[in-house]
This record gives sequence, C-alpha cells and structure tokens, in this order.
Amino acid sequence: MSDPRIAGASVTQFGKHPERTGRDLFAEAGLEALSEAGIDPEDAEALYYGNFMGELAEHQGHQGPLMAEAIGLDVPATRVEAACASAGTAVREAVKTIRNGEAEVVVVGGAERMTNIGTAAATDALAIAADDLYEVRAGMTFPGAYALMARSYFDQYGGSHEDLAHIAVKNHEHALVNEHAQIQKEITVEDAMEAPTIASPLGLYDSCPITDGAAAAVLTTESYAEEHDLDAPVAITGTGQGGDNLALQDRLHLAQTPAADKAAEEAYGDAGVGPDDVDFAEVHDCFTIAEVFAIESLGFYERGEGIAAARNGETTRDGDRPINLSGGLKAKGHPVGATGVAQLATVAWLLDGSHPRADAVPDSTVGVAHNAGGTVASTTVHVMEVQE
Amino acid sequence: MTESAQDGEYDAWLDSIESDDGYYLECSNGHGWLPPRRVCPRCHDQDLSAVDLPDSGEIASHTTITVPTPQFEDDAPYVTAIADFGPVSVTGLVRDVDPDDVAIDDVVGIDVGERVTTGERAVVFRPR
Ligand SMILES: [Zn+2]
Repeated sequence: MSDPRIAGASVTQFGKHPERTGRDLFAEAGLEALSEAGIDPEDAEALYYGNFMGELAEHQGHQGPLMAEAIGLDVPATRVEAACASAGTAVREAVKTIRNGEAEVVVVGGAERMTNIGTAAATDALAIAADDLYEVRAGMTFPGAYALMARSYFDQYGGSHEDLAHIAVKNHEHALVNEHAQIQKEITVEDAMEAPTIASPLGLYDSCPITDGAAAAVLTTESYAEEHDLDAPVAITGTGQGGDNLALQDRLHLAQTPAADKAAEEAYGDAGVGPDDVDFAEVHDCFTIAEVFAIESLGFYERGEGIAAARNGETTRDGDRPINLSGGLKAKGHPVGATGVAQLATVAWLLDGSHPRADAVPDSTVGVAHNAGGTVASTTVHVMEVQE
Repeated sequence: MTESAQDGEYDAWLDSIESDDGYYLECSNGHGWLPPRRVCPRCHDQDLSAVDLPDSGEIASHTTITVPTPQFEDDAPYVTAIADFGPVSVTGLVRDVDPDDVAIDDVVGIDVGERVTTGERAVVFRPR
C-alpha cells in the first residue's frame, strides 16, 4: 500500500463568475493541475469529482463523464455528492483507489456554479442539504441551521458573537495575500459586529460568500512519482470520514460535531499522528462557529475552549497553530463542490512552501484538511505529510 | 397543475398534530423519532411504537431568519426553533411572540400553521 503523493494541484480564482459554465471552471483547474503535475494525461486512470447543486444551478446531472471530457480524459469518472463535503469525499475515493492498487494516477477535483442563480435560489439550493420534511419546511436555511448550533454552543459553553467576529477578522486577514481568494479585504471586529444579521446570532461576516470556482489535484503512487522523477514531496497519509443524523433535531448534540470527531480519529489513526503533531489546518468555516466546532473535533481544543482561540491569537498566522491560512471558506470563498480539493491544494502548498502564507509555517511537516457537509452530517479529514 | 401526492406518513403525522393527537415513534430503548422511520438508528431496534407527543416542549435553540429561501420570502423575518418534547425533538416556526423575546427553555405547544408565502402547512410552536 502506498500513500498517494500530490503531484499537482490547481484552483481557479474563487468569486463571482456567473457567466462561466461549471465545465469551463473545472477544465481550467483540471488542465492546470495535470500540467503542473507533469504527468501524461494518458496515464490518468480515474476521475473522482465533487459537485452539489449541479441539477439546480445548471440543470446538469451526470457530471462525472462531462468533467472527464472537459479535461480530455477517457477514464471511469464518478461524481461524488456529500453536500459541502463532496470534494473531500471525492479525495477519499481517490486515496482508496491509489492505495488498493487499482490505479497509479487519479485526478480528483470539484466545481460549483452558484452565483448565476442569485442569492435566494442559492440559499434554497444550499438548504436542501438539510432534511426536507422536517427542516426545510420549517424555514431552515443553511445559515439558520448554523445559527441554531451557535446559540446552543453559547448556551452550553459560553462565548459570544464578538468571539466569532475575531474568527472572521483573522480569516479575512489571512486571505489578503491569497490571489485566488474571493474577498481580499481587511475587516475589524467592529465591522463584523455591526454587519446585518442573516440568522441571529449570525451576521453577514459570520458567513462565507456564495462562490463560483473549481479545484483539482493529481494523485499518484510513490513508485510512479519516483519512476517519472516528479516533484511530489507531500503525501496523503491519513483519511477519515464520519457521519451523523441528517436533521439537527435528531442529533445527540447541537453544540458538537461528532461526525468530525469520528473522521479525525480515523484519519489520525490511519496516519499514526495525533493532534499535537499537526502544524496547521484548513478547516470548514462555512460559518465562523463552524471553525470552532472543527478545531474542537480535531482535538486542538477541549469542548468550549475553541471559541476563544482566534481572539487569543492562537489560530492566527503568527499563533502556535494557524487555522485557515488561505482565508478559509469565509474569505477565500466556498464553491461548495470544490472546497475539499481546494483545501487539499492549500495544505500541499503550505507544506511545500509555495503558498503565499507558507512563511507562517516555515518548518511544518504535518497539515490537516477538514471538510464538512451540511450541518456536519458528513465530514472528511485528511492528514498530509512531507515525505522528504 | 395536478394536485401533488401526499408525503405519506409525514402528512399523516401533520394531520395528527393538527387534530391534537400528535405522536412520535419510540423504540424499546426509549429513543424517539418522527415518521417515517422503520428502524432506530441509535440501537437498530425495529420495534417502534407510536407514543403520545407531550402537550408541551422546551425550546432547545432558536434563530430569527432574515435571509430566507424563496418559499419563505414573505414570512421573513421569522423564528425557527428546535423544541424538545421528551425523547423526541421537533423543528418548527415560533409564532405569537416577539422574536426578541424567544429564549432557550421557553415552554411551547405544537400546532400546524400556514406559511405566509406559499400557504403550505408547517409545524408551528406557540408559547404556553
Ligand atoms: Zn433505539
């Protein structure tokens, strides 16, 4: 069994591209990742592709073969859907395919087109990641669901909207040098506190934007990388996935994310590392409170302690364990089906020193990507390590 | 447009709430669920029986939504809450109370109301 190496990765500019088709977005990312990998596309043996709202946004299902075609591949191509964790789940399939010896070169990616349908329809499309009968029909939106979780967290552990504002400020600051980011704008705690409320207690700056974009990566075996003299120092050494009841009302916890606990435990065990070995992480901060859940589930903080991490400067770029050096979903943007692979790319670039924020983690060897679907009814965690 | 089909046990459950005959499904280990449900996902028990839903529940969490989906456009701003009714929790719209006055642990009754925007039925909580 060989831990897959990341031979190349690419993300498009994240932002508003209402006039660009999903297939064009993915083609840009996929072709660049293949070219960066320096791998003959003829050698690719499979595509795993994440996408969530293709039917609603583009009236396009069956996107696997469409996207393989878009990057010039004639390979078995599978679309993987797990709401906002679609791409993380696609990564997991790609890792398994390489590890079990079925393929030596696998392309993994994802894309989402969201801004073309407008805010109301995009809010509607995102909401269907919740339980239609019992949540969507009770007015639940995606921000609304996280608002319920945030209020429950405050009630159980303490913390305030101002603590969350520090997370937004941090992630906006991190994104300032990330040219792929949707938002490159510094904000203050005051800005975040004064922004309009979208679902109390969460305001506009607690929420990630609606984003178009794509990401892709080329994974290969250690032996293929050696044989072809590829520059691929980063390996995916641990993969984990966890699930939970779909509807919040059916969960044991409103203020914890057990699906992420399970994914983290599995991924750490797989890689043979623990939370203390991790130098930095890219986590799924679709809302500021989601970053708190993520860093607690990843074992960086006890329950109830994660809320103060950004305010205390521990997760900022000059802190002990920077979180979301890319700007996170909050500032980098969240093209739902692409996010998990964009995180993978970011971690790889931070580890190999090519990311504009790599100077924050100069000697790092272990990075983690945490990708959550819906209200964390699906989560994948991947551990990445520098191999040489 | 043809009338759309009923959503089976879900609509039957709404009917039961509407006629003050609300119920939930309970497994032999006391885990509560809403229909349709054939197995308890917590303990795998398939012996689920209908139990009377308590008259009142307590709000576990709530939010006032100002950016709605199109199906709730004219409802906004509105309060969505999860309320605990014994071993089962239900998500619904909180009505008859100022959104600023809704709080965790508030006692509510359950009812079926209409969405302002579409006129479709929705679970509604009112203060007790
Ligand atoms: Zn049970």
